[in-house]
This record gives sequence, structure tokens and C-alpha cells, in this order.
Amino acid sequence: MQPLTPEALTFIPVADHALMVQLGTEVSETLSAQVVALDKAIAAASPEGVQETVPAFVNLLVEFDPLVTDHAALETAIRACASRAEIAENAGTLHEVPVCYDTDLGPDLAAVAKATGMSEEAAINAHLSGDYRVGMFGFAPGYAYLSGVPEALQVPRKTAPVRGIPRGAVMIAGPQCLVTTLKMPTGWSILGRSPTEVLTQDSSRPFLFDVGDRVRFRRIDRAEFDSSYRQDAT
Amino acid sequence: MSDAEFKVQFAGPLVTFQDAGRRGHMRFGVPASGPMDRLAYKAALAALGASENATVIEVSMGGLMLDCVSGTLSLALAGGEFQIEVGNTRLNGWTVFEIEAGQKLSIRPGKAGSWAYLAFAGDVQAEHWLGQTATHSTSGFGGGQLQAGQRLRVENAQLREDRHGEIERPEFRDSAAPMRVVMGPQDRCFTDEILTSYRQSDFRLTDAYDRMGVRLSGPELTLGEALSIPSEPITRGSVQVSGDGVATVLLADHQTTGGYPKIATVLGCDTDRLTQLRAGDSLRFQPVAAEDAIGISRDYAAQLEAYLAEISEPKGTLAQRLMRENLISGYELSGEAIDKAR
Repeated sequence: MQPLTPEALTFIPVADHALMVQLGTEVSETLSAQVVALDKAIAAASPEGVQETVPAFVNLLVEFDPLVTDHAALETAIRACASRAEIAENAGTLHEVPVCYDTDLGPDLAAVAKATGMSEEAAINAHLSGDYRVGMFGFAPGYAYLSGVPEALQVPRKTAPVRGIPRGAVMIAGPQCLVTTLKMPTGWSILGRSPTEVLTQDSSRPFLFDVGDRVRFRRIDRAEFDSSYRQDAT
Repeated sequence: MSDAEFKVQFAGPLVTFQDAGRRGHMRFGVPASGPMDRLAYKAALAALGASENATVIEVSMGGLMLDCVSGTLSLALAGGEFQIEVGNTRLNGWTVFEIEAGQKLSIRPGKAGSWAYLAFAGDVQAEHWLGQTATHSTSGFGGGQLQAGQRLRVENAQLREDRHGEIERPEFRDSAAPMRVVMGPQDRCFTDEILTSYRQSDFRLTDAYDRMGVRLSGPELTLGEALSIPSEPITRGSVQVSGDGVATVLLADHQTTGGYPKIATVLGCDTDRLTQLRAGDSLRFQPVAAEDAIGISRDYAAQLEAYLAEISEPKGTLAQRLMRENLISGYELSGEAIDKAR
């Protein structure tokens, strides 16, 4: 893994309350690892006035209190953090996420298999073979973008979104995979459904994943899915 | 101290519970939410003497009607220009007033403004999520959207007669001034011609306006070249430009990451001011340097603090106020008497 040098960083002021720290422009494993390392270094140093950080694929947003600090002071503080950042391979916590691939739970599995020239079983196995990493969150609470869909299984986003996709849908688009947390419309292809809840409802750790964590999927049968999927009250 | 109870007779779309908002979860896809106009929210609380993170109802232009089922308490309404009807009395917004069991309260939009904050002297009971009652409108998490038929409890309901009356408006906030922005992060993706047009043109709010953001109409902000940036963090106030050249200003319930380029970002204080505009209202953007943005922010915070300190002063008890009025009219009478005597 390439070390992070303070010179490699670009700083862009965002209004009066944030600073965008740019580490590069092309999405890569290396850049993701650097973002996570810098994020950890900032958390450890906790520069004055920093309210929160938002790590993403190639950059990191730092929200700050303009009454306490400013863009220039933070730039200096973050350059110092970068020189201390420790890039580690496979550093994130590993989570195992169970998935049931039954046809009614994975309505797009057949189409994905067809588009990639695989049997449905081969598509499932391809999905299970992936090493996934949380690259960032977005779109909705707890929506963790997992990079690592094997190339052979990659399909583009659908042209029009489909409404009312239930919580727990395991879906893919391009190199990314996602386990949904809410009923939402989506243009991604749904391969199956998981009983795992990324919004844990545990106030001490409300989100199952953090950026940089790793995910492996495990196949479960219908009986295991039915006994562990929480039915919504409504 | 006792409790008060309300029944929601009618609640327009996007009438939600809000508190100061939940910071610190953007990395997990959760924006702060909280009031669209943080100044008006703070004003309602200050005028009522309520605590800083108290739960209020954010009233949209859809309006709100409540029945007071039990209790007597003071309420404050601030933000925009909304109309209040309580019992048989009509009041303008920016007022601290009283309601008692058996009375109806209705809040309707007036001649201007998009959001008003109804604060209660007491503790509004609402669902918490991640420690706050602020509603995240797209998920419904937090206190949630108010629904007809719903019951609303206020514990430790109090009557704060010493605070009743008009709330001074925040005159230091110029509602007609341009919206100050810091350019970027992706302003370099636009040609000079487009950037000039962005700085000099009038934009209008469209009715594609909710708690996530407001789409603008105006000059087409075409991108210099077909641009594809990796999804990146976005913040409240971001002016993002979609592929068709249309600008959207992101607001309290914004998505936390996205792949559209951002031509500029509106300063925090002006983002709040912008939310009180309505569909069809026009606005301009005024770029400022990042250093100047910090200065503007600090000046604003000082003015806001002074304003809130002023309106948080109790106006005195009813007896004290009557006394004051008697003294004044007494003076006028004696003045007339002096004139007559001449």
C-alpha cells in the first residue's frame, strides 16, 4: 500500500463550515485505504473545531465550527494528520452478511445471470466469492456502498428505478453492492435479501458497518431467512 | 406543573417534529436534519424561554390545525409571515400566546415565508432517533410527520404570561440580499461564460422544493465537458448541477454523498434565509472568498446571539405590564389636563 504524503492532498473550501480534502481522482483500493487512514488520524488528533468527517472514495469532507477554526488552520492540522496516517491493508472489521437468493427475494437474479452469460447458480457463487469493502455511505441512512463485485458479475444500473424495494435487499450496480435499510425505489439489480440490519437499533452502535470495514456474504436457505428477518410493524 | 394534550385536526405535507438536529452521522448517510430555518427555530425557543434543543413543530405552507384537549400553556410561533387563529382571536406570527383546553389553534401561511416554528412551554413528547427528535423526512425517522388524528402530549406544560406578546423580528437579516456562496468544489468544470452567468443571473425557486432541497430555474449551467466525478460528500447549502444544467440547493435533509458536480456552496446563514423563499421568488448568488465567508459567519453569529439575548428577556408579568400601560396613559391624561388648564 502506498503511503500518504501531505503533499498529495488538495484542500478545497466548502462554504463557511467545511473543507474538502482531496486525495486523488480515480477510485481505487489504495485511495480508499488512504482515505480511511487519514480519517482515523483526524479522529485521533481531533483538531479543534472539527465537528464530523465524511469519508468517501477519493476524498473526505471535514465539517467544522467557523466560530472556532477556519479553512487555513484546519488545512495545517490535517496535513500534520496525514504525515501520521498509517495505511493498513485489510484493516477494517470483517462482517458476515447472510443472504437468501430465492427467486421472490431476488427478482433480478435471472436477468443478471442472463446478462452476464452465467447460470443462476454461477451468478450466486460469483456474488458470494466477492471481497467487499465499505467505500462510503450515501443516498439514505445506513446505505453502505460496498465495492468488490467480481467483474464477471457486473451489470449497469437499470434505466428506470423500481419502487417499493423492501429493507434488506441485496443489490448490485457496476462494481458496487448494497444492502438496503429502508423501503426505497432503486435502479440496482436485486439478487437476494438479507435479514441483517445495517441500522442495528442498538443505540451504542447504531450502524453495523463503518467506512473501511469488509463484508463477506454467506448463503442461507429460506427457513433460516424466515426465522431471522424482522417483519415490519406496518 | 401539569400536562397538556393536543389532537391534530389537520397537518399539511411536511409538517414535522424538529429539534436542533443530529450532528455527527453524515458518515453513515444521515444528514443533521433539524429546522430548515435555524434562526426562526432559535427565536421561537428564546422568546418562550425554552431550552436550546427543545422539540418544536415545523409548520410548512400546508398549515396545521390542533385541538387543545387538556391543559393551559404558552406557545410561540416564529418564522416567515404566518397567520395564527387561537380560539376566536387572530394573531400574526412572531408571537408568544396562550391556549387552553377546548380551544382550536390554526396556523396558515401568510404573505411570505415557507416555514414557521411552533414551540411549546413544556416538553413535547416525540420519538427519538439517534438521540434527537428531528425528523429525517425521507425515512420518517425521528419525531416524524404529523398526521390528522394523532395525539400530542406536552409534559410540564407551563403558562409563561411574562413572555406573551410580539417577538421582535430579526431585522439584521436582509431577506432581499443575494445568497453568499464560496465557489466550488467543482466550479472549474464550468466555462468562464457559465460562471459569469451563474454570478450575474437571477434564479427562481421552483415548486420542486422539499426538506431535501430546492430546484432552481435560471440559465442553463452546462458543463464544459461531460463530467463524471466519483461520488463524494455533500453538505447543506451545496448547489449541485445535474446533467441537464439545472441547479439544486441542498437543504436540511440532503443526501450525504452524490456524484453531481457542485458549482458553489451557500454559507450557513444564507442557507437558512433561502429556505424562507417560495416557489417563484427570485434570488442571486454572490461569490465570496473563503476567508471572508468565515468573517461573515462570525459577524452573523454575534448578531444572532445579541438578537436572541434581547428577545429572551421576559416582558414582565401581566400586572407589571398593566402598571406600565396605566402609567403611560396616566401621563397622557395629565398632559391633556395641562393643555386644558392653559
